[in-house]
Amino acid sequence: MAEKVLMKGNEAVAEAAIRAGCRLYFAYPITPQSELIEYMSKMMPKVDGVFVQAESEIAAINMVYGASGCGRRAMTSSSSPGISLKMEGISYLAGANLPAVIVNVQRGGPGLGDIQPAQGDYFQATKGGGHGDYRLIVLAPSTVQEFADMADLAFDLGDKYRNPVMILSDGLLGQMMEPVEFKPYKTEEELKQLDEQHFDWCMHSNEDEPNHHHHEINSLEIDPLVLEQHVIKLGKKYDLIEKNEIKFEEYNISDENDVIVVAFGTAARIAKSAIDELQEVGKSVGMIRPITVWPYPYEAISNVLHYKVKKVVVCELNLGQMVEDVRLAVNGKIPVEFLGKVGGILFTPDEIKAKILDK
Amino acid sequence: MKTEIISSGFGGQGALTIGKFLAKAGMGEGLNVSWLPSYGPEMRGGTANVSAVISDKPIASPLVTYPDILIALNQPSIDKFGPDIKKNGLLIYNTDMCPHGIKREDITVIKAPMNQIAKEIGTMMVLNMVAIGIVIGKTGIVKYETLEKDLSGFLKKKNPELLEANLKAIKKGIEIGKE
Repeated sequence: MAEKVLMKGNEAVAEAAIRAGCRLYFAYPITPQSELIEYMSKMMPKVDGVFVQAESEIAAINMVYGASGCGRRAMTSSSSPGISLKMEGISYLAGANLPAVIVNVQRGGPGLGDIQPAQGDYFQATKGGGHGDYRLIVLAPSTVQEFADMADLAFDLGDKYRNPVMILSDGLLGQMMEPVEFKPYKTEEELKQLDEQHFDWCMHSNEDEPNHHHHEINSLEIDPLVLEQHVIKLGKKYDLIEKNEIKFEEYNISDENDVIVVAFGTAARIAKSAIDELQEVGKSVGMIRPITVWPYPYEAISNVLHYKVKKVVVCELNLGQMVEDVRLAVNGKIPVEFLGKVGGILFTPDEIKAKILDK
Repeated sequence: MKTEIISSGFGGQGALTIGKFLAKAGMGEGLNVSWLPSYGPEMRGGTANVSAVISDKPIASPLVTYPDILIALNQPSIDKFGPDIKKNGLLIYNTDMCPHGIKREDITVIKAPMNQIAKEIGTMMVLNMVAIGIVIGKTGIVKYETLEKDLSGFLKKKNPELLEANLKAIKKGIEIGKE
């Protein structure tokens, strides 16, 4: 493998996106995400890519729509308030069956909130945010390495399903540095193949075809009967994604567990510290860490609730959002407790331990 | 073995860079490392600080609440993080900027006039390297050679004089740390 480099999450995901074949990037700066756009501004010209600092977040997501409609790997990124502005565009991308990668480096909200790490955009990312019947594939990294690896995964999933994909990160993962290893750059031949896989539907120049506009990129369908079929088809696609693409990590799961923690992203990292410390004193706690938060690993959670498990503890950096999905998974079998921190404040391993031990 | 470090000082003193070089050296020696800065608007006269973790096992939480080592380049850093240093932990501080020091008997304290040492070497820019040297001299969590290799990598051509000053500062720090 390649040599490890010490890098911020924001920079690592940008580098990984370029290596994955992203040659069009549009965004507007916002803390704690700005190193990402800065990195892209520096690197895109070196790979003959396109970097545009758009006049707004809304413009940026619509530029992604255009680039993606031409079959190219395109990406935008922002932090929570900026992601809210992109929601209309995300719904349009989903409606038009377009792949795209959107990175959200979450900060405290609502409104302008603050610039510290938070997970308050879970509902927005996984349950809608934009209007209409659509689903966004949402990936939640918990290390800088995973953040970088997800750029590649997000583009692949986007292309596979022609669906927008969000990487739901946060200020901690964006700002912190960890060693990271990158995959090699895609070759010219691979990049060409990436483009060509979309030629049966995207806008592209075609000399054999006198009417160059025979492919239509559109999310408007005024005839209800036609729209009905379109949305039913989208639904079938979402069913397929739920069947095939669920990803999660099991941590310290064993027959000895009497408490199960469920946490994602940064919260899961802190929970791991608490679980390790409890294991040292003989208390066995397991954790399910959803890696895709949509599609959600409901079964992974219900599968580990054997007779010894007394309760489930959900830790999130919000007022309680993913806990609703955990309750669906547990389905009333045992108590589901919640530990949250808001305002951009992180919990400490001690606070998680106290919650697990009912102290 | 896991070592949790907080490095803290006024903006511009190089506190964040201390964490970065230690983490980079740890990575160079095959260890797991993380570097988590405080970011955002820090009050003037306050503390720019970083949590750095160096460990032979994967690092779970990168946020350091109770450091094994606190490197304090100014008094507000001691006031803020000093009480949280683990029992039998290590405090390294800059006497030139920390007039009050700390009142704790259950930790090891190494103090040095880092401003003065840096000035004698020739540039205030190497103040933080004195602190890194003390960490290495006292704990050996990373090797001097790893740092020298890393620094040489990007300074040798660009600014050989600054490289010399940096290495001198680290060596001086190591002497102090070993005493």
